[in-house]
Amino acid sequence: MHETTAKPKVAVHKFSSCDGCQLAFLDMGEDLLTLSAMVDIVHFAEAGMLDADATVDVAFVEGSLNTRHDLKRIQAIRRNSRFLVTIGACATAGGLQALRNFTDADAWHSAVYATPEYLDSLATASPIKSAVHVDLELWGCPVNTRQVTGAVRALLSGVTPAVEQDKVCMECKRQQAVCVMVAKGTPCMGPVTRTGCGALCPRFERGCYACYGPAENPNTDSLSHWFEGLGLLPEQLREQYHGITSQTEPFTAAGNRYRK
Amino acid sequence: MATGGASPGWRGFLPREAFDTLLRALEAAGYECIGPRVEDGAILYRGLSAGSDLPQGVEEAQAPGHYRLQHTDTPRCFAWAVGPQAIKPHLFTPREALWETERDADGRLTFRPVEPGPRPLAIIGVRACDLAALALQDQHFLRAGNADPYYAHRREGLFLVAVNCTHPAATCFCVSTGDGPQAGDDCDLALDELDEGYAVRAASSKGETIVQQLPLQALTEAQQAQIGREREAARSAQQRTMPAGNLRDHLFNAWEHPRWAQVAERCLSCGNCTSVCPTCFCHQQVDVPTLDGGNATHYREWDSCFTQNHSYIHGITLRPDTRSRYRQWLTHKLGSWHDQYGRSGCVGCGRCITWCPVGIDITEEVSALLAEAGK
Repeated sequence: MHETTAKPKVAVHKFSSCDGCQLAFLDMGEDLLTLSAMVDIVHFAEAGMLDADATVDVAFVEGSLNTRHDLKRIQAIRRNSRFLVTIGACATAGGLQALRNFTDADAWHSAVYATPEYLDSLATASPIKSAVHVDLELWGCPVNTRQVTGAVRALLSGVTPAVEQDKVCMECKRQQAVCVMVAKGTPCMGPVTRTGCGALCPRFERGCYACYGPAENPNTDSLSHWFEGLGLLPEQLREQYHGITSQTEPFTAAGNRYRK
Repeated sequence: MATGGASPGWRGFLPREAFDTLLRALEAAGYECIGPRVEDGAILYRGLSAGSDLPQGVEEAQAPGHYRLQHTDTPRCFAWAVGPQAIKPHLFTPREALWETERDADGRLTFRPVEPGPRPLAIIGVRACDLAALALQDQHFLRAGNADPYYAHRREGLFLVAVNCTHPAATCFCVSTGDGPQAGDDCDLALDELDEGYAVRAASSKGETIVQQLPLQALTEAQQAQIGREREAARSAQQRTMPAGNLRDHLFNAWEHPRWAQVAERCLSCGNCTSVCPTCFCHQQVDVPTLDGGNATHYREWDSCFTQNHSYIHGITLRPDTRSRYRQWLTHKLGSWHDQYGRSGCVGCGRCITWCPVGIDITEEVSALLAEAGK
């Protein structure tokens, strides 16, 4: 590499979120030193670097859009970034806060806040791609270091990052976990959910709760029908889909089928 | 063939309380022993250090999309039909590193193979269907002149102790495929379990060496008669059947059958059937580079014809929908396998029925597909 070549600039931005996905960077261990040697991290508030308006090669964006201010910020980030990569369920699929999209959120404002007039919320909580073009989505609640590292490496190499879109079941079986739905009757969203977590929940005898969002070619109708047979009530069925990744077309629709 | 008239050939009777002598003999011969154990609500093959590790009294109930263990008073340890996996993951591993790449300061790449390492393995309690599946995996992975060295290494070190199946599940149909329930000679030792212990048969010279170290007693005529009755009962207890013969032409003639679309409405395209199938061998290869790009590891991992990526070639996904993926699986498994391997790829273990999260039954689908189109 030519010695005058500047290191790529990277920013990590945060919208409405718990900050947990940013830990995928901070939890890299030794790789965090490697990363900081390979790129200039110009904005990453949680790690102390502040230059929100910098022009960057890659902007990682955590969180969902909830205010008019959010909409202005994301437009500026898009203009300032060559690649925009969303990280985590909030940024890609609305996150937990998007559950308000299914409720009368205005009524909650006055019930919860003493001075609701200070609030400036949009009508809905929305994923980043509802407002701007997104180049790559990393799914999960939270995303993990393996995903982030893989994306950074691919972008630095100038290749398209591999998209993980198979069902969780594929990895669950590679891990030799016993299917919790077949062996225990536990509802599991694995058969419609995107892989990437290493089948973490089923390996601990818990059903998948779809935090990586929909896999490619998800058959929610068939899975819902089976869930009915396992004894799930309509509200429980709705909650399977309207969880952390509710703002994705297949899951919004699948859950709406069971709304009162 | 497993169900043929192989003479019993029993060498004697191993009392239940002497089962550990088998483990000790195998260990002394250098084998790590694995066998059936209860874990996470299923019977899995795990490390076995004593007969008391075995699932004594455990039976199971299987149905489409359903598997439950149940505890009974039987003193037997092999009173169950196949669990989610048996031999396949120990030879064709779900994920393994094949080679590593290192880039030096000048950008030159060095490739280093990852040598297969595990020590010889003895699997205790395999079933006839899994032995038939193993023979098919051998055909695929040990093809003359093109053998897979990782598979071959593990296969070479494998010792198989079959236990004839006396408790077929409701999902089993190995009688109709001709692969069970009685083990043939594709193993090293074959046992028949009785309440009080095991009738022992050596099926290989390796097995013979082990048999000579066991404190065998004479097998009584009453015991032999009991084994005969239980073998017959295991055959007649099977409830499902796969139509006999080469179904290739029938299935390919049914290419536009409406049943494909009907099963696609239920199928989750999740790949569970192919993962639990003891003969499915499809895999993909992935490279995992380090963050600095200086090193990479090349892995092989299980894939499935039910994933989008499996039929992706140069900008085109050949099988974008579930209908085409299910049809690919079934026409290959029961049809074009005959051209590739000289027989069907189904050994009647019933795993794809039990472990399908929505209970799709391959025997039911085949019956419907063989019925006249449009009915």
